[in-house]
Amino acid sequence: MSIIVQQLINFLQLGSIYALTAISFSMVYGIAGLVNFAHGSVFGVSMYVLFFVSTLLFQVMESTWLVYVIALTASCVVTSLVALLIEQIAYRPLRKAPKVTVVVSSVGVGMVLQYLILNTAGSKALRMPKLIPDIKFALLGVNIPLFKILIILIAIVTMILLNLIVKKTRLGTAMRAVSQDTIAAGFMGIATSRVISASFVFGAVLAAIAGSLYGTAYSIFAYNVGEQIIWWSFIAAVLGGIGSIRGAVLGGFIISAISILAPMVLPVSSYKDIVAFAVMILVLLIKPTGLLGKKVNEKI
Amino acid sequence: MKKFTAAVLCTLLVLTVFAGCSGTGAVAGNTSSESTEAASSAEAPAVEAAATTGEFEKTIYFGLNYELTGANPIIGESAVKGIDMAVNEINAAGGITVNGETYGLAYKALDNGFNTDEAAVNAQQFADDAEVVAMIGPNDSDMCMATQAIVTEQGLLAISPWSTLVNLTSSEWYYRACFTDDFQGAILAKYAYEFEKAKKAAILYDMSNPYNEGIATQFKKSYEELGGTVVEYLSYNGKTGETDFTSQMTKIAAAQPDILLLPNFYEEIITQTTQARDMGYTGKFMGSDTWGDTSLLEWDTEHLLEGALWVGHYHKDVASDVALKFIENYHKIYGTDTDPNDIVALNYDSVYLLKLAIENAQSLDRTAIRDGMKSITTYDGVTGTMKFDNGNGDPTKSAVIIQISDGQFKYLDTIEP
Amino acid sequence: MNKNNQSLFNKSAAWKFASAAAAVVLLIMLKELGILSTSTLLIFQYIGIYAIVVLGINMVNGYLGVFSLAHAGFMAVGAYTAAVCTKFFFSVEWMFPVAIVAGGLVAMLLGILVAIPSFKTRGDYLAIITLGFTLIVQSVLQNMEFVGASKGLNNIPRHTNIYWVMGCLLFAIFVVSRFIHSKYGRSLKAIRQDQVASMLVSVDVRLNKSIAFALSAFLIGIAGALIGHLLGYTSPSAYGFTNIVDGLVMVYLGGMGSITGSIFGAAVWQVLVQLLKGLGTWRWVVGGGLLCIIMVFRPKGLFGYIELSDLLKKIQAKMKSGKLKKGGNKDE
Repeated sequence: MSIIVQQLINFLQLGSIYALTAISFSMVYGIAGLVNFAHGSVFGVSMYVLFFVSTLLFQVMESTWLVYVIALTASCVVTSLVALLIEQIAYRPLRKAPKVTVVVSSVGVGMVLQYLILNTAGSKALRMPKLIPDIKFALLGVNIPLFKILIILIAIVTMILLNLIVKKTRLGTAMRAVSQDTIAAGFMGIATSRVISASFVFGAVLAAIAGSLYGTAYSIFAYNVGEQIIWWSFIAAVLGGIGSIRGAVLGGFIISAISILAPMVLPVSSYKDIVAFAVMILVLLIKPTGLLGKKVNEKI
Repeated sequence: MKKFTAAVLCTLLVLTVFAGCSGTGAVAGNTSSESTEAASSAEAPAVEAAATTGEFEKTIYFGLNYELTGANPIIGESAVKGIDMAVNEINAAGGITVNGETYGLAYKALDNGFNTDEAAVNAQQFADDAEVVAMIGPNDSDMCMATQAIVTEQGLLAISPWSTLVNLTSSEWYYRACFTDDFQGAILAKYAYEFEKAKKAAILYDMSNPYNEGIATQFKKSYEELGGTVVEYLSYNGKTGETDFTSQMTKIAAAQPDILLLPNFYEEIITQTTQARDMGYTGKFMGSDTWGDTSLLEWDTEHLLEGALWVGHYHKDVASDVALKFIENYHKIYGTDTDPNDIVALNYDSVYLLKLAIENAQSLDRTAIRDGMKSITTYDGVTGTMKFDNGNGDPTKSAVIIQISDGQFKYLDTIEP
Repeated sequence: MNKNNQSLFNKSAAWKFASAAAAVVLLIMLKELGILSTSTLLIFQYIGIYAIVVLGINMVNGYLGVFSLAHAGFMAVGAYTAAVCTKFFFSVEWMFPVAIVAGGLVAMLLGILVAIPSFKTRGDYLAIITLGFTLIVQSVLQNMEFVGASKGLNNIPRHTNIYWVMGCLLFAIFVVSRFIHSKYGRSLKAIRQDQVASMLVSVDVRLNKSIAFALSAFLIGIAGALIGHLLGYTSPSAYGFTNIVDGLVMVYLGGMGSITGSIFGAAVWQVLVQLLKGLGTWRWVVGGGLLCIIMVFRPKGLFGYIELSDLLKKIQAKMKSGKLKKGGNKDE
């Protein structure tokens, strides 16, 4: 019994983090249709800003909550600026170019950013300071640290807020319009360029939030922390359905479920990846547009 | 306009193919910051080096094939520190005397970017460079294996400071300064069973890395031969960036082993131990020589690693004078009070091994130097006394068991092979 | 085979092949004269091998116009199959081509397997299926004790040399140029531009896609076989994310749907990697920056959908009209 509860919590925690990174990736991906490989580096930047600001603040103040909020705000601001800069340098000139071009230029920007981190912050891995007080709750014979509950809560709140923004605000409506048809949205008087920039900012802010949760949960990170996350976000976003926020969440949770279940069920745990990817391929075979993706009629 | 750009790019390309392939980046030993600067002038090998080994008329070069960029840049950074220290010391002490002539020692460094293709090109470039007498590095097993065939075919002595993969020294041109995975895995099993009286053990290792896999397999084998049971033998894939081990840890905690072996890179250890404790594991932790970095202690703010054991190459409490001097110099040169990690120490030793080999050979011929290496009977290095008497490139050397207590690496025991 | 192409070469394909062959002959002459050092030669072999890979990727990503990430998987399969052949079954050198072909064929079989689900999906979903395929291949290899698991295979006979590489490259150029000018190649172009419309004019989309995938996998498998025998060592970790990204960079850098572009993409990237080595940890800052700059100024890659022969013709025409006086044709 306690194992099941424990694994359930593990699943929710990992799923929340995957879901958030997938949404943050999905913002640019869904709206501008660009596979943004530089996003991993943006994630990395957010972690480093969070680390340096919070380490600095802990020297002058005690309250972990305050430090967390200030550091997170700082990290949101910096990552947004970085994302905007990337957009200006590497994407705006290529808006009319073939989309695959942007894939390569985003790989290039990602490399630059990642190795700038390496050169400024050093190759040594760092440990994120404790941003959430170390309190434990007992539930059904399982000790659950506060940070796990908070990770899940923060992720849920962020997702609800995002959903509201996308559904209810003017910007959100514009975003949805651009994501459906950029050219038509332009004809309707939407400043598509600005909307795409906004999606980069949203993506960056979400990456910063996800980064703070990731840092709290897994604590050690190095300059290439975003490298793998980008692939998992890509996988989760596509699995759930491109451009769908709910899809990204679902994709994130499915991947989390697979990584939690596989070592439990499989006799040899190293077969885990094989099973995980096989499941993914199967899902796409049954539902070729991703789980919650809308069927797009091909142009005739 | 576009055509013109294309034409210019093409011309540039053709020119660079020829220009780029000939020059190897030259670095002469000094402090690490200077050496990276020197490395940036890829086209002028000998000139740079001459500047820092000024008092010598002649210079012996070796090649350094290291992991400066890519997945684990900390390896390359540490390696260069050790190499620089040794090279500077040797030069300050009067260089190397071969047949009555004194030579300065210098090296040419090429980054392999943690990429097997590049590691192989580097090895080939060193082999082509008539000035280079031997190669030190790479440190990672995968990179080493990619260069194995080339150094064997070209006849270039290679010394890997840190690769513990058993297969490596099947080539008679490959030597190493460290012990092997088999030795390490067996020691860990013996220590766990006989001294810690642990009857049940669990293992979690990174299956994508031959190093981790090698130790895990050997540990399991030896431990079961001794009579222990491995209750959980779990793995994860480090190459896909796994950081969540909660599922595996829940399973391990449920099996209640006395000891959990984590033969993984030190950067992953804190995450793994934290998760193990969160999932309710109460037993001891055990680790391999990759744990040998004091960052581990800095990060362990909750003292989860108290009582954990790992196998190291040396410890300052039982260190020889050589090692004590090395640690002291390290503090002085790099202006830090943290102790050097094992990569620094092993790279330092590798340079001295090479020096001994050259002195034994009394020649700058590559084959002679290899034979010189073969004839090293004992060498008192920072990481212990090495004997190359079993006819291959593996040194016979002792290992130390180190325990983490009071947030320190404490010496516990020495295990002779 | 089909009546549109009765001669073995049409004019354009012949041009490409002849210029490539001339370059190879030049290269081999340089080697025999002893001008090239072994390491330079090694880099040329990488360029040749990766050019084959890029040609293969281009087949699917360029000519067919989908986003596939299966190349690292195909390469791994080719490398391992061929290595197992020469290491365990026949190590004599004259059997090496058999091993190469075996590597190519096994990769091709898997390519067809991957192609089947790809009928259903388009665009980025295909990317995930193929990414999944690559990672499954890597994972399976990591778990197979028979081929050394994560330790990889060593002591593979080092049969690969510049002749094999260049021979295979010429073969690949021949196959691809022949293919794209065939009925199938033109069908691919039609599918790329408009899949639905091409279906309406009775282009067999399934068949054409499978052929493109199979051929692409075959070429990449060959390249894998070559690289395994070049280093004498192969391990699963060489065929992961890094390899995927490298492949993509080389394809799109060189330009999609272009044989010239494939070769130049591979060459530029391999040389850039070597050239920037001296910069230490700054090398990828510069490398990434250069990549970005090239893409911004040449969004279709160096040779997107154009060939050297087209370029030369245009330059010739311009020279005739006196607009361009010199330069431009130094690239041979």
